[in-house]
Amino acid sequence: MKKIASLYILSLLCTPLWAANLSADNRIVESELNIYSARKEALIKPLLDKFSAQYDVKINLVTGKADALLARAKSEGKFSPVDIIITTDVGRLARAKSQSLTQPITATLPDYVTLKDQESHWVALTTRNRPIIINPLTVDADSITSYEDLIKPEFKGRVCIRSSSNIYNQSLVAAMLIQKGEAQTLAWSKGMVENFARRPKGGDRDQIKAVVSGVCDIAVANTYYLAAMRNADETTQAIANQVKVIWPNQSNRGVHLNISGISVAKHAKNTLAANLLIEYMLQKDAQSWYANTNHEYPVDPSIEWSDTLKAMGTFKHETIELNQVGELNGQALRIMDKAGWR
Amino acid sequence: MAIIISKWRELDRWFFIGALISVLLALPVLAILLSYSSLSADLWGHLVDTTLAEYLTNSVLLTLGVGFGSMLLGVTLAWCVTQYSFWGRGVFEWALLLPLAMPAYIMAYTYTGMFDQFGWFDSRSLIGAITFMSLVLYPYVYILAKTAFSSQQRTYQDAAASLGVTHAQYFFKIALPIARPAVFTGMALAMMEALADYGTVAYFGISTFTTGIFRTWFGMGEMQLASQLAGALALFVLLVLSLEKYSRKNMRFYQTQTPAKDNTINTYTNTEATPFISPLLMSVGCFSVLAIAFIIPVLQLCVWAWDYIDISMMDEYLTLVSNSFLLAFSTSLLIIVLALLLSYAQRFSTHPHVSGLTQFAALGYAIPGTVLAIGVLQPLGWLDEQINVVWVFLFDEYIGLVFSGTFVALIFAYCVRFLSVALHNTQNGLERIKPNVDDAVLSLGLGRYRIFSRIHLPLLKKSILAAGILVFVDVLKELPATLILRPFNFNTLAVKAFEYATDERLLAAALPSVTIVLVGIIPVILLTRAMK
Repeated sequence: MKKIASLYILSLLCTPLWAANLSADNRIVESELNIYSARKEALIKPLLDKFSAQYDVKINLVTGKADALLARAKSEGKFSPVDIIITTDVGRLARAKSQSLTQPITATLPDYVTLKDQESHWVALTTRNRPIIINPLTVDADSITSYEDLIKPEFKGRVCIRSSSNIYNQSLVAAMLIQKGEAQTLAWSKGMVENFARRPKGGDRDQIKAVVSGVCDIAVANTYYLAAMRNADETTQAIANQVKVIWPNQSNRGVHLNISGISVAKHAKNTLAANLLIEYMLQKDAQSWYANTNHEYPVDPSIEWSDTLKAMGTFKHETIELNQVGELNGQALRIMDKAGWR
Repeated sequence: MAIIISKWRELDRWFFIGALISVLLALPVLAILLSYSSLSADLWGHLVDTTLAEYLTNSVLLTLGVGFGSMLLGVTLAWCVTQYSFWGRGVFEWALLLPLAMPAYIMAYTYTGMFDQFGWFDSRSLIGAITFMSLVLYPYVYILAKTAFSSQQRTYQDAAASLGVTHAQYFFKIALPIARPAVFTGMALAMMEALADYGTVAYFGISTFTTGIFRTWFGMGEMQLASQLAGALALFVLLVLSLEKYSRKNMRFYQTQTPAKDNTINTYTNTEATPFISPLLMSVGCFSVLAIAFIIPVLQLCVWAWDYIDISMMDEYLTLVSNSFLLAFSTSLLIIVLALLLSYAQRFSTHPHVSGLTQFAALGYAIPGTVLAIGVLQPLGWLDEQINVVWVFLFDEYIGLVFSGTFVALIFAYCVRFLSVALHNTQNGLERIKPNVDDAVLSLGLGRYRIFSRIHLPLLKKSILAAGILVFVDVLKELPATLILRPFNFNTLAVKAFEYATDERLLAAALPSVTIVLVGIIPVILLTRAMK
């Protein structure tokens, strides 16, 4: 018993030492860069490692949910170590800006960069689109040319889409809100709920799988999920190859567009390195890595797409003020609440 | 007179210790409740008009379902392994704890993936969520009920048997009521965990109070309203716990001796009462639960993980394992000490508010991890700012963040979240020891430390070990708070598994998931051996 007791005491004494020792990582030293990333580590770290090796900058990374990381930065206040904020959605970038968590980017941006905040508080690194995905065996591809077509009575009980808690759906509806107004957006949301094949559940890949397994015939999903499935194991590939991508609203506003983007934090201590990273992310190397590894669309138009992306075809996308999409996020969710879209 | 004064001082000291720990641990919950300083009629109106009723209904159904499911499994299994001898009992006794190491959302992902693969049926429903959660949460009831049943005195049973009471009657009329505090405690833990769950219900698309909190925060950007919802959740739990405590305020069951080992198990032959379940059925039943809740999903994860094992990533993988283990181990030691101090404060202090204070300190368990993490960040952020003000005054430079973004914040959050788990176990153990034991020892002139080390500790050993296992495994599985509060470049197995799983890369998530389970098994096995 004595042994156990002394072990207890010893471990207890060691805990703060161990904690203090490791927390020393947080001290800000020159040539370091502290990043809060809403992108998953596996989808960003390889690129950061390359940057780190090239410029001899030590990268410190925390990943997590965008809003949680923003809340952390906010409560840390002016002593926050964060230099760079990376998100996978424009809404969060707009929110970071409106909460005064960002500062203007000073890096010289390439000429092709158009998807950015007017005051340069954020810039897009890649774009992502949310087209319609169908089973070509059960749905006539010509019968759907727009998001509005999804609420046709003939598709009752045949549409799969994930929950309205999902940020991509919130952005989709917010973008529609800007372009079509509240009444039409609410009517569309209600129409969608009418046509649901099942209660929204699972992720985007699950919707694609549901189309193939016959639970529904039509789904809405981001392209990179389908692209990743078409490059996965054989079973998954076989599933993903049975569906067809429909680019909606090509004769008018275009397919819904979202971005992944980057900001310099308001209280950044390493602004030089932070701006250097942004420049790096927009260079050809990094842009083509995104296109080929993550199957996202590079913002640099000169970069060749991956074969999977090429096979999905070209498209016209929305051109709206993206900050507004972020600002209307909450209102979009309320509309979906009213429509009964869970 | 002198004795009275010295005794008074001692009592007061215990109240002081209890109050200090409680207030410290209650800070994040208070920070969350502070959100009520401004209420928005517009936002609440919207919630009431649209989704609130659904959140409430689903949360209540889920919580009650999981409470009932884990009680049914936990009590039945605990009764079988403590009372009867049947094939495999020795193994089942500890193996039935293993599902605890399985995070509920991993279980959900695994089975959904399996059913998808074979095209069986869609398990993503409320019933599915209740089933999966009950299967991984019943060990909370099992471990407490097992301790309670095995420490019940054999004399009760002999007396009952001599009066012609059947085994079934004995179970329902005597054994179960005596074990009620323990069973309820286990149920409360399982129910609180179900109430705070986000991963499973979000994946299954079930709108609960927790998913509602996140919709409000992430979707609408209304963190204040989200905090208010979380606060309501915590107050609801406080109410239920207080009601239960009140309902058994006149009930006290004490254990006067450690039961002799050979007394704890009945066999057909040495008792006239016959068990109401046949031994074969018991073996099959135990095995089925173990297979569904543990063996099948783990094997499936192993199969998936096999394709993803990459030797070049071994270093990173080992770092993950040691990070997770060290964090869980040191945190569980700290939490046990805190729980013991609080339990003793409650036992020794006569102050009328000490019990309420500890109850409040243990509220963190019912609050979703992400919200709690923000509750932790707020007071720590304030403290960091004050430290910097002083530091600048003294040394003319900023010291930066001392607490936020360090292990202090992370471990603090774990303490707030999991104290309840340990506390329920230590309180339960301590409540079974008669207070007059203390008086007897004190009258012999021995100090309180001696009471603890000589008398209480041997009697409490099982409760402490149980608390240790539960907290260790809980920290190992913990995700949302870890995700937000962890320092730079620090990952745990749960974080890795979650990142892959939410990116819908189930196969890649298998290796870290199965490792969480394997690391969680080690203490379960070691400690159950020690508990024998």
